[in-house]
Amino acid sequence: MMRADLNIIHDWVPPNAHVLDLACGDGVLLDTLARHKSVTGYGLEIDPDGITGCVARGVSVIEHDLDDGLASFRDHSYDQVIMTQALQALRRPDRMLHEMLRVADEGIITFPNFAYWRHRIYLGVRGYMPVSRSLPHAWYDTPNIHLSTFNDFERLCRDQGLVIVDRAVGVGNHRGHWTSRLWPNLFGEIAIFRVRRRS
Amino acid sequence: MPDSHSADAESQLPPDSVGLVTPRVAHFDAPLELACGKTLPAYDLVYETYGTLNAAGSNAVLVCHALSGHHHAAGYHHADDRKPGWWNAYIGPGKPVDTRHFFVVSVNNLGGCHGSTGPLSHNPATGRQWGPDFPVVTVSDWVHSQARLADRLGIERFAAVIGGSLGGMQVLQWSMEYPRRIGRGAVIAATPRLSAQNIAFNEVARQAIRSDPDFHDGWYAEHDAVPRRGLKLARMVGHITYLSEDAMGSKFGRDLRSDDLHFGFGVEFQVESYLRYQGDTFSSSFDANTYLLMTKALDYFDPAAEYDGKLALAQALAPAQCPFLVLSFSSDWRFPPSRSRELVDALIHADKPVSYANIDSPFGHDAFLLPDARYQAIFGAFMQRALPEATAIPEEPTS
Repeated sequence: MMRADLNIIHDWVPPNAHVLDLACGDGVLLDTLARHKSVTGYGLEIDPDGITGCVARGVSVIEHDLDDGLASFRDHSYDQVIMTQALQALRRPDRMLHEMLRVADEGIITFPNFAYWRHRIYLGVRGYMPVSRSLPHAWYDTPNIHLSTFNDFERLCRDQGLVIVDRAVGVGNHRGHWTSRLWPNLFGEIAIFRVRRRS
Repeated sequence: MPDSHSADAESQLPPDSVGLVTPRVAHFDAPLELACGKTLPAYDLVYETYGTLNAAGSNAVLVCHALSGHHHAAGYHHADDRKPGWWNAYIGPGKPVDTRHFFVVSVNNLGGCHGSTGPLSHNPATGRQWGPDFPVVTVSDWVHSQARLADRLGIERFAAVIGGSLGGMQVLQWSMEYPRRIGRGAVIAATPRLSAQNIAFNEVARQAIRSDPDFHDGWYAEHDAVPRRGLKLARMVGHITYLSEDAMGSKFGRDLRSDDLHFGFGVEFQVESYLRYQGDTFSSSFDANTYLLMTKALDYFDPAAEYDGKLALAQALAPAQCPFLVLSFSSDWRFPPSRSRELVDALIHADKPVSYANIDSPFGHDAFLLPDARYQAIFGAFMQRALPEATAIPEEPTS
């Protein structure tokens, strides 16, 4: 079974799409999309085991540090660029978002929602940096240097002139139920967005 | 009882090696037209094979060698050989190129000095050795000759063609010239074309050989001479480019051979001794004319040259159909990771299936020959997918 955010993304990718999967891990999403929806494209990954995992699955993967940008990818050369659980680990998430929508017409982004109620209790009541399922690291060794919330991301999209086509929430391995859909910034553990440039 | 003796000796070879191997010779009478415009009327190719060709002929892997390489890629010629073949770390039972499943073919290229037709061979037109008259062969010429060997062996299509450095260039050439005959290609520590600096180093090597008084314009054999000093210098220069600064530093540092400085020009630093040893060994086992030819083949390789603009290489690669694995090594400054990345970007622009990894290694260009856990894992994973059974059985869709 795939992570909840991957299942939602799977539904959002049209058949035969040409996609770029940023921080593709061991390639499970691209592999599934290739077999179920004839999707083509490449994954970018920096973790050696993830890269070998992709090769073992037959997923095309390029070792690439996302902080180096996407300069080697041409404008509008993909239908969608997908980035799951990596935005918060980038040096400049704003620049990456801009790059994603230069390379593709549509971007799908997922990240841990820092405003999730459990995180709020951790910080607001207990006074510690949150540690949770979606944020499993301690403050001193976390790769997550740019944590944000549903609201933050929506504001960034507005500032960059992007249209939010779809928004979904993940809680654990499930899609969020009605509470999280109604109040995603409070009850959504994982933020899932589909965005386009304003045409 | 020589038989039982050799069986004993073979049983002492490492179990993950292909064991004792014997090179074979294939003779070709059909003339081979070369890129330079000349024609080789007939030629021999020396090759080795490891593993067994299946009935369908679908499990063959072609190994392409580098500048000073040859057909002996794996196993041992004699039970008391000091060293196995040059890619023994990657070819053998249970290794990335698993000889329990694959039939591996490894050829000595034309122009070589290990048995295939080259400058040391007899030129039927003149009655003397080819020597410097041997035509300048290109990567493309090699690939055509390898394809003929494949025909001879009953291999319609290689499951994979693999190689490092100059061998990687042959893999690229295969994918462009015989796209239907290559199932997948591994291009390791290679480059889509030499840089000015690469050509410059090659030219220093060539000048070292050609300015040796024993070179005799390439007719040294007829003068009972060997341009040993030139060849030694060429190898010393080459060897520096194969190692990284760090590898040299950690291997030798500024270590001296004796305790004191001698204020002279003999061998004082360990690194000097090492380079001289490498040069001496090489100059007594390699042919100078072959070295000149191989460096020329490197210099000339440039598939993008026929096209213009930023996407020239992508256009050149357009005919390729196979999935590629491109590997580079972090400390390789001869063909640095950026050159592999250039190739990868072109393959992406051409919409070809390609995977790329930059293996962290301190060993410079030579890393492609050395055992490394990550290199073995990813190369093995790529080769697994070339197994006929892996491609024939569709994977179970996961839900």
